Amino acid sequence: MTSVTSPGGPVRRFAGLLHRRPSIRLAGLLSIPLLWLVVAYLGSLAALFVTAFWTTNEFTGDVVKVFDLGNFQDLVNESVYRTITLRSVGVAIAVTVIDSLVAFPMAFYMAKIASPRAQRWLVIAVLTPLWAGYLVKAYAWRVMFSGSGVLDWFLRPVGGHAPGYGLLATTITLAYLWLPYMILPIYAGLERLPNSLIDAAGDLGARSFRTFRTVVWPTVFPAAVAGSIFTFSLSLGDYIAVRIVGGRSQLIGNVVYDNVGTANNLPFAAAVATIPVAIMVIYLLAVRRTGALENL
Amino acid sequence: MNLSRGTRIALRVAMIVGLAIIYVPLFVVLINSFNADRTFGWPPAGFTGEWWSRAWQNGGVRSALWTSVKAGLGATAIACVLGTMAAFAVQRYRFFGRETVSLLVILPIALPGIVTGIALNNAFRTVLSPLGIQLGLFTVIVGHATFCIVTIYNNVLARLRRLGTNVEEASADLGADTFQTFRYVTFPLLRSALLAGGLLSFALSFDEIIVTTFTAGAGVQTLPIWIFDNLFRPNQAPIVNVVAAALIVLSVVPVYIAQRISGDTRAI
Repeated sequence: MTSVTSPGGPVRRFAGLLHRRPSIRLAGLLSIPLLWLVVAYLGSLAALFVTAFWTTNEFTGDVVKVFDLGNFQDLVNESVYRTITLRSVGVAIAVTVIDSLVAFPMAFYMAKIASPRAQRWLVIAVLTPLWAGYLVKAYAWRVMFSGSGVLDWFLRPVGGHAPGYGLLATTITLAYLWLPYMILPIYAGLERLPNSLIDAAGDLGARSFRTFRTVVWPTVFPAAVAGSIFTFSLSLGDYIAVRIVGGRSQLIGNVVYDNVGTANNLPFAAAVATIPVAIMVIYLLAVRRTGALENL
Repeated sequence: MNLSRGTRIALRVAMIVGLAIIYVPLFVVLINSFNADRTFGWPPAGFTGEWWSRAWQNGGVRSALWTSVKAGLGATAIACVLGTMAAFAVQRYRFFGRETVSLLVILPIALPGIVTGIALNNAFRTVLSPLGIQLGLFTVIVGHATFCIVTIYNNVLARLRRLGTNVEEASADLGADTFQTFRYVTFPLLRSALLAGGLLSFALSFDEIIVTTFTAGAGVQTLPIWIFDNLFRPNQAPIVNVVAAALIVLSVVPVYIAQRISGDTRAI
């Protein structure tokens, strides 16, 4: 290999300085990422939340930069926002629960029962739809739920009807969208669990439920929590799927969106946006204790 | 492993049903792209290839696709640089606030997209507009790069953890300086991790709609934005369906590439 720079050239001298001073190397490595994430990103978030304490002039629509708790008072006092918040959290929890229930048997089959060859293909089969894209899948369910669509055709012989666009359709669509995010961490967690441990539990007389509770659950739980970060937070902030399959239903995301767009009331939108952020930050901090962030 | 016959059968059925639920809606979209009925009545009465040729000639679709590709490449390039730098700092050094970096990197993707969207929109309008920079492709790339960093960061971090520092020390002992070691030793070892992370980052960006809505200017339309704008127009429905079907078919490509890179899907 030929030397890129002559010994003693400026590049080489600079490299030597970096080599002798790890602190300069570290500062160099951290500088741009931190400028981007802390100054630009966290800065924007902070600026947004300062805005939450401002108001808009009712006549001109301009932002009035005077400290004011009115937005938050409105949020607390007007029951419609409480209802929407509860509904959004409810949908997010329902999505997470549905996904865990559907994901666990699939992940267990993939990790413990399928042959290594089948395992490879199953992982691909679960992963591939992830690349198909959010809108495509939300659109697919819009087609499924449509009045003359597949679901209706499928349910009509047994006397049923497609539920139509609404909160149920939204929950199903969101659960479908984020399902792979739940399957993959649980699968990875179960794969790390040696089969011999499950066999040993059986040999020592534990029945399936007890084996599940004492051997499988401690491994699956952090993995499921890691998956739930995606299923929960992605559902909590969603407003697109609701618009596509939700009919007239409103979630927190819609309130924020409408206030930025049609109502042109950024301060109130910012105040509403603090709700999912607060919920998510509390959730992430709680989750960090379970070690789930390392499972991502 | 010893499992009762009943449990095995139940799990197998759950797997099959699960895969069916995953794939049926996608196949319905594929079949509907040939459905002769404009309103997608099910079951289809007849088939036609007309929608595909119409979508292919649609100028809006083409330019939106091109915008998406540019945004994805730009965001991925920035994310590769920033994610690798942060991963090196966290994996190779001890410093105050080291644990916080992981949390910081994951924050843009963990927080609801609409929050990131309006925060960036607000910041861009206050900071960049006075400088004469309007919302456009550039701001889309900045927004996407912010939440793409995590994919590169995680991949490179895992790779660095596995590599250790022995080869780098050997390289330094043989007289290579810091840059030479990175160029000839570390980077080649990181390449597949960067590719896997970059692929995921491109896919995230290509698919993103919420942050894009708030960071794109009036004239900038990525493919997801185009789909969403046309989703509720009945006369565009067949074209939207073809675009969706095409994206479903194309989703096989990155999976194939990922398989070739790693031979192990868990790398992505």
